[in-house]
Amino acid sequence: MDALSEAFRLIITLDEDLFEILWLSIRVSLSALTIAAVIGLPLGTYLAITRFPGRKFCILLLNVLMGMPPVVVGLMVYLLLSRAGPLGWMGLLYSPTAMIIAQAVLITPIIAALSNQVIESLHQEYSDTFYSMGVTGGRAVAAYLVDARYALTTCILAGFGRAIAEVGAVIIVGGNIDHLTRVMTTAIALETSKGNLTLALSLGAVLLALSLLVNALVIGVREYAQKRQYA
Amino acid sequence: MLKSANMPNPLLPICISGLRLIRGDRAVLAGVNLTIDEPGITVLMGPNGAGKSLLLRSLHGLITPDQGRINLGSLTVADSRTEQAMVFQQPVLLRRTVLQNLAFAAPKTAKTDRQRLIQALESVNLLDRADQPARMLSGGEQQRLALVRALLGEPALLILDEATASLDPASVLLIESLVKTQNVQGTKIILVSHDQGQARRLADEIVFISNGQVAEQSPADRFFTEPRTPEAKAYLAGEIVV
Ligand SMILES: Nc1ncnc2c1ncn2[C@@H]1O[C@H](COP(=O)(O)OP(=O)(O)OP(=O)(O)O)[C@@H](O)[C@H]1O
Ligand SMILES: [Mg+2]
Repeated sequence: MDALSEAFRLIITLDEDLFEILWLSIRVSLSALTIAAVIGLPLGTYLAITRFPGRKFCILLLNVLMGMPPVVVGLMVYLLLSRAGPLGWMGLLYSPTAMIIAQAVLITPIIAALSNQVIESLHQEYSDTFYSMGVTGGRAVAAYLVDARYALTTCILAGFGRAIAEVGAVIIVGGNIDHLTRVMTTAIALETSKGNLTLALSLGAVLLALSLLVNALVIGVREYAQKRQYA
Repeated sequence: MLKSANMPNPLLPICISGLRLIRGDRAVLAGVNLTIDEPGITVLMGPNGAGKSLLLRSLHGLITPDQGRINLGSLTVADSRTEQAMVFQQPVLLRRTVLQNLAFAAPKTAKTDRQRLIQALESVNLLDRADQPARMLSGGEQQRLALVRALLGEPALLILDEATASLDPASVLLIESLVKTQNVQGTKIILVSHDQGQARRLADEIVFISNGQVAEQSPADRFFTEPRTPEAKAYLAGEIVV
């Protein structure tokens, strides 16, 4: 009980260590999310509205990648960035950049696969009409992205939720170095194993609150869209 | 684009020859031969499953037939695409406001011409709904919007596939009057309808389809007074035919 009230104190007094960790978590996950959205949304859309041999296989691959365990992603990025790896010369291992890369690799397939499903069902509805109106190519892609804006927002939020709560990949490529690569999840893992439940609990509470916020946003966006028949 | 009713319609005559379409192991269009040079309103009638929708979708370029040729004036289906517009039984509107739906369909050159969009909305009594989400309109209102959207590009050919099938009488009449006006302005109209009253009100010519073929093509007044084929007689009498 002591640990719990102490954890609460850390949060309301805006404890410096805690907020340093929180800020790094958010920075890393938002950066990864930006990369993943910039790649994943157009990729998912493209795969939904074009037809070419191997397209089904690409979608299958995305869905497989979507379920990839974070530690495996971490291991792959580690091999890539380690001194002996192909990108070892960049010296990125155990840096926030390495963590951003790992999280981006982890959630790009998620955003691509989810947005693919969204755009595909919209495409079934719109394709005849777009053909009839002569809407093709870049104009069609843009129109799909605009019309699916609410559903795509929830895809992006899902990606963020996955990234911020993930521990396996960032601990491998980040190394959980104090003041450098320590994020919420890795700090919780470390502090718990050290028996320092106070910081672990307060970080856990913050993480829970964040996840609550993300899910509330998802529900809010969905309801807003449904009310206007924009879902 | 149409400029005047006095100019000959560039998409006429429409010549369809030997059109075949196989679905499964069945020829759902079994050698359709049809020439339409009537500039007025052509109404396609025929029992459910006769192939009317598939024929119109082939004409519009939405499906590629397995055999046969379609020419519109001197053009192929692909080349005539920008001159054609189609309204479907279920209107598909963008997840945007009513006005934005129209703006999206407006030819790029007319982008600044907001006045024209306003007029278009006015013509279907939707001006006061301009800023509402389009998909919140009622079915009839959505169909009216889909129709003015299709007309924005001033098509030389307008195809309607049971576009008024689930609308109330007032909406039906409003759409019919728009269609007639558009025809007077030079747009060729081809529509499918099961509504004999509507066919009598609109049609200059009836094409009766049965079993994936053209069974009969007659001027409207003759078709309703003395149908020549037994299929058409049975259909008009309300008997089940295939
Ligand atoms: N993809 C498909 N596979 C198998 N059969 C099909 C396919 N598409 C259409 N058909 C068949 O083709 C036939 C003609 O269909 P079509 O939609 O043109 O009929 P229709 O004359 O428009 O009928 P309705 O008056 O009910 O609208 C139907 O029997 C339908 O079942
Ligand atoms: Mg039909």
